Amino acid sequence: MGRKLLLEKAGVEGIRFFETYRREGGYKSVEKAFKMQPSDIVEEVKKSGLRGRGGAGFPTGMKWSFLAKPEGVPRYLVVNADESEPGTFKDRYLMEFIPHLLIEGMIVSSFALGSNTSYIYIRGEYDWVSDILEEAIIEARQHGWLGKNIQGSGFDCDIHVQRGAGAYICGEETALLESLEGKRGNPRIKPPFPAVKGLWGCPTVVNNVETIAAVVPIINEGGEAYASIGVGKSTGTKLISACGNINKPGVYEIDMTISVEEFIYSEEYCGGIANGKKLKACIPGGSSVPILPANLLLTTAKGEKRMMNYESLSDGGFATGSMMGSGGFIVLDEDQCIVRHTYSLARFYRHESCGQCSPCREGTGWMEKLLLKIESGKGEMSDIDLLWDIQRKIEGNTICPLGDAAAWPVAAAIRHFRDEFEWHVKNPEKCLTQNYGLAHYADPIHVPVQ
Amino acid sequence: MQEESKKIKVTIDNITVDVEPGTTILHAARMIGGDVTPPAMCYYSKLEGSGGKCRTCLVEVAAGSAADPRPMPKLVASCRTGVMDGMVVKNITSDKVADARAGVVEFLLLNHPLDCPICDQAGECHLQDLGYDHGKEGTRYEFKRRTFKKEDIGPYIQLHMTRCILCYRCTYVASQLTDKRVHGVIDRGDHAAISTYISKAIDNDFSGNMIDVCPVGALTDKTFRFKNRVWFTKPVDAHRACTTPGCCGKATLWLRGDEVFRVTARKDQWGEVQSYDGKTGWICNTCRFETKKTSSWTIEGLTEISRHSVIGVNKYKKLEKPEETVVKVMDGHKPKLLMDIHSVSDVNNPEIHLSDINGPAHSNDFKK
Repeated sequence: MGRKLLLEKAGVEGIRFFETYRREGGYKSVEKAFKMQPSDIVEEVKKSGLRGRGGAGFPTGMKWSFLAKPEGVPRYLVVNADESEPGTFKDRYLMEFIPHLLIEGMIVSSFALGSNTSYIYIRGEYDWVSDILEEAIIEARQHGWLGKNIQGSGFDCDIHVQRGAGAYICGEETALLESLEGKRGNPRIKPPFPAVKGLWGCPTVVNNVETIAAVVPIINEGGEAYASIGVGKSTGTKLISACGNINKPGVYEIDMTISVEEFIYSEEYCGGIANGKKLKACIPGGSSVPILPANLLLTTAKGEKRMMNYESLSDGGFATGSMMGSGGFIVLDEDQCIVRHTYSLARFYRHESCGQCSPCREGTGWMEKLLLKIESGKGEMSDIDLLWDIQRKIEGNTICPLGDAAAWPVAAAIRHFRDEFEWHVKNPEKCLTQNYGLAHYADPIHVPVQ
Repeated sequence: MQEESKKIKVTIDNITVDVEPGTTILHAARMIGGDVTPPAMCYYSKLEGSGGKCRTCLVEVAAGSAADPRPMPKLVASCRTGVMDGMVVKNITSDKVADARAGVVEFLLLNHPLDCPICDQAGECHLQDLGYDHGKEGTRYEFKRRTFKKEDIGPYIQLHMTRCILCYRCTYVASQLTDKRVHGVIDRGDHAAISTYISKAIDNDFSGNMIDVCPVGALTDKTFRFKNRVWFTKPVDAHRACTTPGCCGKATLWLRGDEVFRVTARKDQWGEVQSYDGKTGWICNTCRFETKKTSSWTIEGLTEISRHSVIGVNKYKKLEKPEETVVKVMDGHKPKLLMDIHSVSDVNNPEIHLSDINGPAHSNDFKK
């Protein structure tokens, strides 16, 4: 049983409300932080080895230390709660059940960064979650944990919740800032990075909900204690939102020392593949990371067991590996069609492209049309090569990572499941009524017949 | 002497140039000129904030600076990337760039209607030039292209979104030249469209400049639409004392005989509106749409157009041929260039004076 830091108290009755949260030891980290220097808090976060939980995995302490600190210019902390990645729902769980954990983390982080006004940019669809957060903020303010001179420390901080309008692109940090400023959510061209010129032209740190929440145990227990959990550069705990064809979908907190096999098959976590089926493929980190077939998911190309951490999941690069991403763990069983699955992802990215730069705007629509053509049995062999060429020309040539996010799933599907694409082309009638099923990447684990 | 020491060195395609700090790669390349200059569809040096969107100006940075000579991992948009001292940039010498740019051209043309035969912009269209210079001969796109309805935005301008490449230049004109911005981009992704909010008219003295900055035929002058081909008209420089505040009064008249077919702002060799004493020479709608008599203008003489264009090249007086850099640049490599249309086309024979021909020009006129 792995250690839980964030969701330890999530099951406590009434933890959503201030009284219970405080009784269970909440807001202790703020008390501790106010006795420290802001720079020491940043050092502590650096020591903890905490990596951004939004997807890119950039060291948080380093990001904080990049923040420009010119005289007389306000600095901002913006929490990215625009969790729109298909398959990812960990932040919602966190905000819905223990909203005060996020607020506590935000007060500490704001103190460390010197931000007197902090924002939570929340996905528009999470309207009830934003209500919960608003209530929690009001409670915290009533008890003197927000507003002027918090608990007599002389530090002022207020938090505002801003709802988005339902655009995936606003999860990209600069598009989020544009949207927060009230403009069209188009990503900005970088540099300048938000740490220098962010919200309203002021230095800004944009962090994921889980990252900010993880600051609380780091301050409570110390950076080194936090770093001792986990393995290598994957320190601390990570929330994984597991979904797809598994027996127990949900949000799990893991300490990054367990293997993928254990995560999928153990009763403690996903509880195996649903309906006694076999594992076909899995997207380990949210829809934009490369999909992996069962054999490569469970063991790396070197023959080692693949673990649930940043390094092991990306072992082998994109050729034979994937990414930890945002922790949206999507499992596909033998009945799933990879072409159809890739098509539905391509459709999502076409719909969510902001339309600012040409490769993404035009390329995502083209990929969607080609995938639909193959899926509906009208494809040709040349279409598969064409798809490969289109994704290659989108990747890396766009303003923001949405282009890469749209290209990677298509690239990985063709790389690992080319035979299935070819089967669709060769069997135009059959592919409409039945699925390709399993092939060489079959589930290597024996499934007991129930 | 002091100013000399401030300059920094940047090498683009094996040619080194000294530039002021803060210059972008694109501007440094424009200082060299010729083939070394990356094409720019969305960047407009006179419009603040433009650029970075079309991705045609992508270049490879082989060495970031003298202090940190690591290459940049991705291709960068040269219009928005500043140079560093000792930076080494590869444009046409890079296969990666050629490949990516061909891809971008294909993407840009994907939903473009390719209706050049009926488009007023043909002959001075940046997308046409780009297609000839960097594109492939065919498209691999086989689906239905995106279409929009034509929209009238005001009495003088027609918007044809189908041709638009979403460079955002006109929205920058609207927000930087006019006070009440009523138009912008609505929707997102491949159904994004330039529009006024619920098809309102744009009522402003400087709205006509949107036509000049539009790189394609999406915004056209309604007083000129379908009246004539640009290559049949003769451009002359002219000026008048305009009373509109902010209007420079200097324009190019496009004549056929004595008749003024259209009026545009004067453009420089990069297809951008010229600057005078540091101020951009925007012209007002009165000059552009309502002053169409030669008697209202003081004609200075034939326009010296140096910008190379698909069809226009032979007809302009004092054409400045861009410096031939290929041999120097390619460093022994065989250049990959498409055919030069000017060497094979009969159109615009410099000996034939189009303005002397009465009535519409006919193909027989060129075979004399």
